Amino acid sequence: MSLRRPAKNQPETFEFSSSSMEEANKIVLKYPEGKQQSAVMALLYIAQKQNDNWIPLAAMKYIAKFLDMPYIKVYEVATFYTMYNLSPVGKYFVQVCTTTPCMIRGANKLVEACKEKISDKENELSNDKSCSWMEVECLGACVNAPMMQINDDYYEDLDKEKTIEIFEKILKGEYPKPGSYRGRLNTEPENNRKTLMDLKNA
Amino acid sequence: MLKDQDRIFKNLYNDMGADVKSAQTRGDWVNTSELIAKGRDWIINEVKDSQLRGRGGAGFPTGLKWSFAPKEVGSRPHYLVINADESEPGTCKDRDILRFEPHKLIEGCLIASYAVQAHACYIYIRGEYFIEGQKLQSAIDEAYEKNLIGKNAAGTGWDLDIYIHYGAGAYICGEETALLESIEGKKGQPRLKPPFPALIGLYGCPTIINNVETIAVVPTILRRGGKWFSSLGREKNTGTKIFCISGNVNNPCNVEEEMNIPLKELIEVHAGGVVGGWENLQAVIPGGSSMPLIPKEKCETLTMDFDSLMAEKSGLGTAGIVVINKDQDIIKCMARIARFYKHESCGQCTPCREGSGWMWRMLERMAKGEATKDEVDMLGDVTNQIAGHTICAFGEGSSWPVQGLLRHFKKEIEERNNLDPIVQKKNNIPYLVDQHLLDKKNA
Repeated sequence: MSLRRPAKNQPETFEFSSSSMEEANKIVLKYPEGKQQSAVMALLYIAQKQNDNWIPLAAMKYIAKFLDMPYIKVYEVATFYTMYNLSPVGKYFVQVCTTTPCMIRGANKLVEACKEKISDKENELSNDKSCSWMEVECLGACVNAPMMQINDDYYEDLDKEKTIEIFEKILKGEYPKPGSYRGRLNTEPENNRKTLMDLKNA
Repeated sequence: MLKDQDRIFKNLYNDMGADVKSAQTRGDWVNTSELIAKGRDWIINEVKDSQLRGRGGAGFPTGLKWSFAPKEVGSRPHYLVINADESEPGTCKDRDILRFEPHKLIEGCLIASYAVQAHACYIYIRGEYFIEGQKLQSAIDEAYEKNLIGKNAAGTGWDLDIYIHYGAGAYICGEETALLESIEGKKGQPRLKPPFPALIGLYGCPTIINNVETIAVVPTILRRGGKWFSSLGREKNTGTKIFCISGNVNNPCNVEEEMNIPLKELIEVHAGGVVGGWENLQAVIPGGSSMPLIPKEKCETLTMDFDSLMAEKSGLGTAGIVVINKDQDIIKCMARIARFYKHESCGQCTPCREGSGWMWRMLERMAKGEATKDEVDMLGDVTNQIAGHTICAFGEGSSWPVQGLLRHFKKEIEERNNLDPIVQKKNNIPYLVDQHLLDKKNA
């Protein structure tokens, strides 16, 4: 199990903005009547997006009222799932996969790049407060290892130099192009494709 | 090598685009209503004939699973749930289906929903696959627009709604009952079975849960016939499968191949060989991190299907092949996998919650050579205390890789760790925790 604690400094109140409210109402409709509790995971995402990528306790209370369920049930969900950030993270939230398939292809080099460019420690904001990084478990892009995720995007087939390039871009406020950084097509075997060749050449 | 015309996922690398038009040129949605007009029994029998086994890891026969759904819809509605919570280290096949072949999945959902009499289908996608989920959502929107799903879906007279539910980074939600808990808005902690979800599942209603790949191959099976599918591979291990080859190979890739293909062919032909040559191979994890590794000697002749890997005391699992060469420290690799399981244990059953941490810490010390001689057997003992003593299969999944390491690389561990045990005397008193006290004379 992973140990997760809410942040010490918590805002007093939280309320959905009108756009969040609209989105939340739509999501509740996806589930059968009386089963609105199912929407709690999606609503926590909405709160996280609205609140600079982390979820304060006030938001959990607000969602509990919104879905007519006990606060502790929302708290349970928010602390169980690791993608809910319980304390502030950077605007650019870097997650480096270091599980075995990535590890044996050099994920530690990516971690080094994080330490050099962002901050010495995991979950610590960079000097300009825009970035933070952490090691995560398998992100499910093992044939494109080593890889990392920045906010929603996957950056694949990396090495240390390319990772540093990406970080320099985001520190300048630019948006680096997601996908493979060796220029290969998705998950095809690089320069060694033997299947579906007529489609590739079409 | 499988012929291109026998490949089901022609757009695996996105040469053609994932939109509905290009999907239709590949044969999706062409005669869906004709297939469904042949009736429920025909569909289930055809899937049974194809001998399709679930692609999510356990390899349960799909036709059989569908036949478990109640024949008549009672007071409770039926549900179809698609498991797209792909988090097994070494596996990334469902991701390609979600983003490049979404219409195969959606059409499969329609057929499967009809077969098990469900009007609502939930697709549970892991939260990290946000972009893939968006791509699937736009494919679902397209399908609604063209009236392929929704009321009277694709002219079949069947109503079907498909919803996406995002997970939030919990590996355990790939376990089917934990996944249901998660959709219900709770912590993803597995339920006791029985009752099985086919009778009491989502919201207490009959629910059929299938992996993405399983559902996505169904339309093609029905079009080309169960006989065609079962002619590929071998008895009880039929059809094609997407293999993910990662780790120390020259060209890591996803590739669709026939079941029962030799492992060596997969690595040498498709993945461009082991880094440093075949002789540099140390071990292979054949089916995602939960499956025990297989040392090089056995890799020479190994064929990749459910039963032949079972005979090697491993398993096909999700067919995520992780190749480890001799440049890697095998104990460290397994210690990292143990850390994964320690992180992902849901904490419900004590043997798993505590034991996964023990295994990780012991392996970390063994990798550094700081463990004592007797700890090697102790580690084996810990794995046996976990496997089979938990609610779900996570206990097995976390202890099998360690057992595999002990089975094949015990010598390496023992060579590195030769410190003397803390407890010198062998006093055989069961259940005594403070055994070391007995070594003192006046204790």
